Amino acid sequence: MNDTVVEIRDLHTRFGAAEVHRGISLAVRRGEVFALVGASGCGKSTLLRETIVLQAPVSGSVRVLGQEVTGLDDDAALALRRRWGVVFERGALFSALTVTENVTMVLEEHTRLSASLREEIAAAKIALTGLPPDAGPKYPSELSGGMRKRAALARALALDPELLFLDEPTAGLDPLSATGIDELVRHLRDALGLTMFLATHDLDLLWRAADRVAVLGEGRVLGVGTMHELSGSADPLIHEYFHGPRGRAAREQAWNRR
Amino acid sequence: MNSSATVALEAPEIGAEESGARVRCSGAWITRLLAPLEAQIEKLASSGRGATLVDAAAISALDTSGAWLLHRTVRALREHGREVRVEGLRPEFDALLQLVAARNAAGGIPKARAEGALARLGRQAWEGLLGAYGLLAFLGEAAVALARSIREPRRIRWRAILYNLQTAGFEALPITGMLLFLLGIVIAYQGAEQLRRVGANIYIADLVGLAMARELAPLITAIIVAGRSGSAYTAQIGTMKVTDEIDALRTIGIGPLDLLVLPKVLALAIALPLLTVYTDVMGVLGGMVMARAQLDVSYATFVERLGEAISLTSYVIGIGKAPVFAVIISLVGCYQGFRVAGSAESVGRQTTVSVVQSIFLVILVDALFSIAFSWLDL
Repeated sequence: MNDTVVEIRDLHTRFGAAEVHRGISLAVRRGEVFALVGASGCGKSTLLRETIVLQAPVSGSVRVLGQEVTGLDDDAALALRRRWGVVFERGALFSALTVTENVTMVLEEHTRLSASLREEIAAAKIALTGLPPDAGPKYPSELSGGMRKRAALARALALDPELLFLDEPTAGLDPLSATGIDELVRHLRDALGLTMFLATHDLDLLWRAADRVAVLGEGRVLGVGTMHELSGSADPLIHEYFHGPRGRAAREQAWNRR
Repeated sequence: MNSSATVALEAPEIGAEESGARVRCSGAWITRLLAPLEAQIEKLASSGRGATLVDAAAISALDTSGAWLLHRTVRALREHGREVRVEGLRPEFDALLQLVAARNAAGGIPKARAEGALARLGRQAWEGLLGAYGLLAFLGEAAVALARSIREPRRIRWRAILYNLQTAGFEALPITGMLLFLLGIVIAYQGAEQLRRVGANIYIADLVGLAMARELAPLITAIIVAGRSGSAYTAQIGTMKVTDEIDALRTIGIGPLDLLVLPKVLALAIALPLLTVYTDVMGVLGGMVMARAQLDVSYATFVERLGEAISLTSYVIGIGKAPVFAVIISLVGCYQGFRVAGSAESVGRQTTVSVVQSIFLVILVDALFSIAFSWLDL
């Protein structure tokens, strides 16, 4: 059985004259929470978008669930898209639909279940992400930031994906809501056996939920490993990232909570 | 659910054996295969009494939706007063079932250098060319999406088409009707002075009728609709772009063109010719009112003369231009919507561009039509 879910090889991306990725290679294994970190603008989100076929790299290979995704046609991309879920940085919930409708529309599009069962399944997913039942009939604008993230997660889980992509899952959240998301990420991985691929700045999230972490910088992968391995790294850029004042605090906090 | 990727999937099934005392579940209980199962369960729940054993040993894959359905089935059996026991479910599936049941019980741009006049001219020309190329490419994409929809009519969004027919067509009736009525009055008033001088009062019907049917009704209606609906299309799609909703549609596997563009194009291609028929009538009515007031041409005489003045060809030419204008307005509107990038401000800018460009193109195409028709002697 092939245990690599996402495999990126020698990826190059360029925006005009700016070279964002100069030969990125990564592998995400089945069942792990894999995090991409790096300074703003280092191409984390771009790498994520290239993996989910929203953007094409200049050269290189990206294989997801055993299939090459660069140069994929619409039909093949659709088949693959049903097998993964995506949570966008700002949620990207459809603002004209309620939370429940956001989830049921995915089911309506891809299955032939009855309306009542669709709604029940949507309610189950909404509950799974830790939202109260009364969140279902609300519109995204009526929810707090943390609840919106959870609702977006419920939509991403609608088709029971094998693989979940999260872009900045804790960005813009207060520490309490962010801690809730940390726990949710771990809980979903354990309960559903999901593989998660996320881009984040949040050191707390990294310490508490990530199995392995890749540090991006200067268009390359500076290092891959567990948080412990990386925090012991001699690379000056990685050292700076994890041993700045915030990095140290996050680490201590993570130890205290365990 | 891990196994769903690796095991060959067989359809999920549920069946009662031994007069309902035993319920056998088998196959892959995963979201996309669940639909046929629902009907089987409906039948099951309403039959039988007494103790029931749910044999789940043959379930080969289970995801959260499947687990929910199983949970729901067991609950429904219990509600029918049966004693239910689930047996043989694999431990990892059982954990998932518990989870679903428990959760539910509880409820960078660089700094721009100052550019010279020549450089600006060059840049603007180049951007204009790119814009024209982009619009052509968009037209091509829309045509491909349309061809795909014709091949697979299931993809056509009828509800969206009807909704757009109402908003872009029906709801435009009052404003277009009133404006063309007023325009009819203005044309007749201007013509009246000249015609009275040469004593050719009756030709007011030719003047108003021909101008309305051939040119003014289709053109002015298209311009009003471009301002009314074309701008709305740009703003709607542009806002969805800003909030990542377009990307979200793609990840869910819905083509934005199928959902957002085709219904608008098709609806407007139906609505605009119909609106033009209506505004033809309203414009002529305006002319009639003025003809009687200024030139003493009675309604009956006016209408009688109108029949001789307007040939079928002129009338059909006027209506026939409308669908072309409709395609221009809706495509430009949607295209500019997709060009929105980043901010709400960009939505405003593209909306302006959309209206200016579609009105410009409508008038340009109308001029080309006039030249073509004069060559063809129509």
